[in-house]
This record gives sequence, structure tokens and C-alpha cells, in this order.
Amino acid sequence: MAAPPVQPVPPAAAAVNGDAFRLGFVGAGNLAESIARGVAASGVLPASAIRTAPHRRPERGEAFASFGACLLQTNAQVVDDSDVIVISVKPQIVKQVLLELRPRLSEEKLLVSIAAGIKMQDLQDWSGQRRIIRVMPNTPSAVGQAASVMCLGEMATQDDENRVRKLFSAIGKVWTAEEKYFDAVTGLSGSGPAYIFLAIEAMADGGVAAGLPRDLALGLASQTVLGAATMVSQTGKHPGQLKDQVTSPAGTTIAGIQELEKGAFRGTLISAVVAAAKRCRELS
Amino acid sequence: MAAPPVQPVPPAAAAAAVNGDGFRLGFVGAGNLAESIARGVAASGVLPASAIRTAPHRQPRARRGFRVLRRVLAPNQCPVKQILLELRPRLSEEKLLVSIAAGIKMQDLQDWSGQRRIIRVMPNTPSAVGQAASVMCLGEMATQDDENRVRKLFSAIGKVWTAEEKYFDAVTGLSGSGPAYIFLAIEAMADGGVAAGLPRDLALGLASQTVLGAATMVSQTGKHPGQLKDQVTSPAGTTIAGIQELEKGAFRGTLISAVVAAAKRCRELS
Repeated sequence: MAAPPVQPVPPAAAAVNGDAFRLGFVGAGNLAESIARGVAASGVLPASAIRTAPHRRPERGEAFASFGACLLQTNAQVVDDSDVIVISVKPQIVKQVLLELRPRLSEEKLLVSIAAGIKMQDLQDWSGQRRIIRVMPNTPSAVGQAASVMCLGEMATQDDENRVRKLFSAIGKVWTAEEKYFDAVTGLSGSGPAYIFLAIEAMADGGVAAGLPRDLALGLASQTVLGAATMVSQTGKHPGQLKDQVTSPAGTTIAGIQELEKGAFRGTLISAVVAAAKRCRELS
Repeated sequence: MAAPPVQPVPPAAAAAAVNGDGFRLGFVGAGNLAESIARGVAASGVLPASAIRTAPHRQPRARRGFRVLRRVLAPNQCPVKQILLELRPRLSEEKLLVSIAAGIKMQDLQDWSGQRRIIRVMPNTPSAVGQAASVMCLGEMATQDDENRVRKLFSAIGKVWTAEEKYFDAVTGLSGSGPAYIFLAIEAMADGGVAAGLPRDLALGLASQTVLGAATMVSQTGKHPGQLKDQVTSPAGTTIAGIQELEKGAFRGTLISAVVAAAKRCRELS
């Protein structure tokens, strides 16, 4: 079918707080979709301000179009038609893509990379730009509960940081940190969800060992973990203090805690984070 | 100050909730858990706030805790038993009794209240932040509508399951005590982050958000946690290196032991 004519779209209708900008995704994969959906759903930007060019896999186009984003033909058009450009292709092709797009990039546009493991220095060298922000989200972006960490390139401004913060706040929580921390961040929030998948499975197994039907045990396990994490997030109290508050003398909870301490539960988790961070350093 | 006159409100007057099931909800005992439930119910629109009532006469605003203590510490005196015996003459089959008292069995609730239209619910600590895991069991005369109503109430502060009372010791070991295991896990992950070089605040923030995100994925995708783990462990990558340490340290086995030990202790205490 004939490609629809592409008309340049002036900056979209202002979002709630008046900061409207055009957001383009180079690479229309799952993570890009999660971010785009979150941004549109939360009202940070109208869906019409979001664009991508799913030319390698047309079915991805349907996913984006289904919530109102604009489909363009080429990455070049995405760059031309956006103020903030998210590089969301696989890490292996980031270099190629940035070299291709280099002539169309300028200081007028903010580049945001979510490519795992690709450092700021390389992003700057390949794109020829310095107005860049690198973000490391994690898997729960897919359910709107990401832990994302960003670091700023030399020419990224405070406004740039604020915009990126708003975008990623639509899919979870956001922190700004220096790039030197990113290997440790990978070991913690990058790999961490898997540790918790194991924990939920184990708690369900414990429930079954204690006599519960499997479905009930698994449901209770995941909701219990969710509730506990919500308490830490929302109360702002130290986890040790929260533990103190729920362990009554000679009660059930302290009996459980005693087993965890016997089994060096905390030490094992520390080792996991450290090992994953170390592996990340080795891979870079 | 003089108490305001109490006017009985006929059931029909309570504005119907969204789905047309308006009822009056009363709390005997105005503690933190009651407040969490009441706030959640009002905020979610299950009932209008005007349909909720309590009589906080034991804890006047001046917070004279000693009045409460005198009841709790009195030897061989169970506050729930006492209260049910006191209220017994006013109870009837017309009203549904819901107990959230930890460890008080259905048989005792029925014996002390003289009623059989009872539902016993075990919520857990995260009720305070609207993410409870609550399990209910039904008394002999509790109806399907009663179960539905209680489900709606507790859905306002988290998730709800119905199960037989025989499971409640195990439930205590898992959802009752479980939050504490996760407090330890979050602290440890933050420590791991610090060991790997992160500033403490960042490490703690990332740790709790990571745990929250992972649990949300299990809840929302409905996939087996083992399958989710498979999907995020790329060959020779960082995540599988972390998993290997967990397996070395019998991480899962230790958690199983904790749930089992807590359930066992619960049985011993009852």
C-alpha cells in the first residue's frame, strides 16, 4: 500500500504543564513501546507527539499506532521530526545507526540512549554530539514500575534532565547518577528482578511446604513481596526498622527471621549483587 | 463536651455505592488497621465515608495509652472475647460480623458472639499502604453476598483470597511474616549496591523499587517466576552471575525454611 505523505508536525499541543516537545524513537522494540505507552497514558505528552519508524518489523507499527503514536517511514524522518530522540535499537547496532544519523543531528536536539552497556564516550564519538543523556531502565518498565538511572552528557542541560526525568517517571522511578556507577546499578536494579523472581518462587514453595495449595501460595507470595516493597518506598523508614516493628517477642515472624539469618540470606544477596556488578565490568 | 445526639440511619439512606450495594460498616476498635481499611474503603468508593462508623472511646484524643494497656495486660483476659461477650445481646443474624483479630479462631468467634454469620480475615502489615495480602474464611452462616461484600472491602486495601481456616497457620508464615523477610532482602540488596560502589541513598532507592517492580511483573504477567527468571538471564551475562551466587548460598532453601518455621511457630502459639 502507498505510504501516507509525511507532513512535518509543529510542536504538539502543550501538555498539562506547558512543556510540549516531539519525542521520537529510533528502534520500535518492546522497551520503546513501554516508554511510549507510559508517556502517553500519563499525559506527559499527547500520543500525537510521539513518533517512530518501525520499518524493520511492520507489526511493531501496529503496536505504536494502537495508542495514537505517529508512524514515519525512516529513522531520518524521526530525527528530523523530533526534539528528543530516544535511541532504542539493540546495543550491537547503536554505532551503525548513530553513524548513519550523524549528519541530521545537531545541538538543537537531545539524544537519549537506553542501549544497555553503551557508554557516554562512545555515544558522543559516534553521534558527533554532546547533548546526550544515557538512561538505564530495567525490565519492570513493561509493567510501569521501572527503576531507571540516568547520566548526563557534557552538553545536556537542566531542562534536558527534567524532561527525561518526566518521561521515565511515566514508567517508574528515576534517579540521576554519575556514569561510573552504572556497572553497580546493573548488578542491583538491572539484574535484581531475577533475584526477586527466585524469592517469590521460594516463598510460594515455603507456603506449599507448610500446607498451602500452590495457587494460593504463589498469589500470596507475590502480593506479600509487593506490599513489603511498597512499605519501604512509601514510609521512607529503614528496612531494619520496619523489620523491628513487625517482629513481636517469640512470635512467628522472628522465628522466620532466625532461619534467614542462619542461612546467611542477606549475605547471599549481597554476593549476588556484587558478582553481577563484577561481571558487568568484565563485559564492558 | 456533650456528645452529639445519635440518630439511627436507615439502611436505604446510605447512598448506594457505585454498584448499588450500599451498607453500613462499623468498626469495633479504632486502631491503625481499622483506619487503613476504612480509609481504603472510602477512597476507593466501595462505600461513601458517611457509611463508615466507629466509637473510639477507649483512646480519647489525649492518647492516654494506659487505659488500653490495662485491658491488654490483664491476666487471662482476651480483649476480643470480652468485647464479643459485651456486645452479644445486640448481635443477630441480621448483621455480618467480620473479625480481623490475629489468631482468634472461627470456633471461638462463634462461641463468644453466639452468632454464626461471621467472616474471619487475616490481612497483613502492608494494609497501611494499600497493598495487603488478605485471606478470609467463612463461618457456617456467612452467605455468598457476605463473602462478596468482604472481598470488596478488603480489595480496597490490596488483594484478597478465600481459603479454609485450616490454612491460616501457613498463611501467617507466608503473608503474615513474609514482609519482614523482604525488608531484610531490600536491606541486603542495598548493601550489595554499596559494596559494589553505590552511594547508600541511591542503593536503597534502587533496591526497594527493583523489588517492587519484580513483584509487579509476577502479579501482572501471570507467568511463573522461573519463566520470568529465564527470560532475563542472557548467556554469560550479569544476571546469571548473580543467580549463581544465590544458588550457591541456598537462597531459595533458606526462604522456604523461614516460611515453614514461622508457620510452625504459629501452630505452637495457637
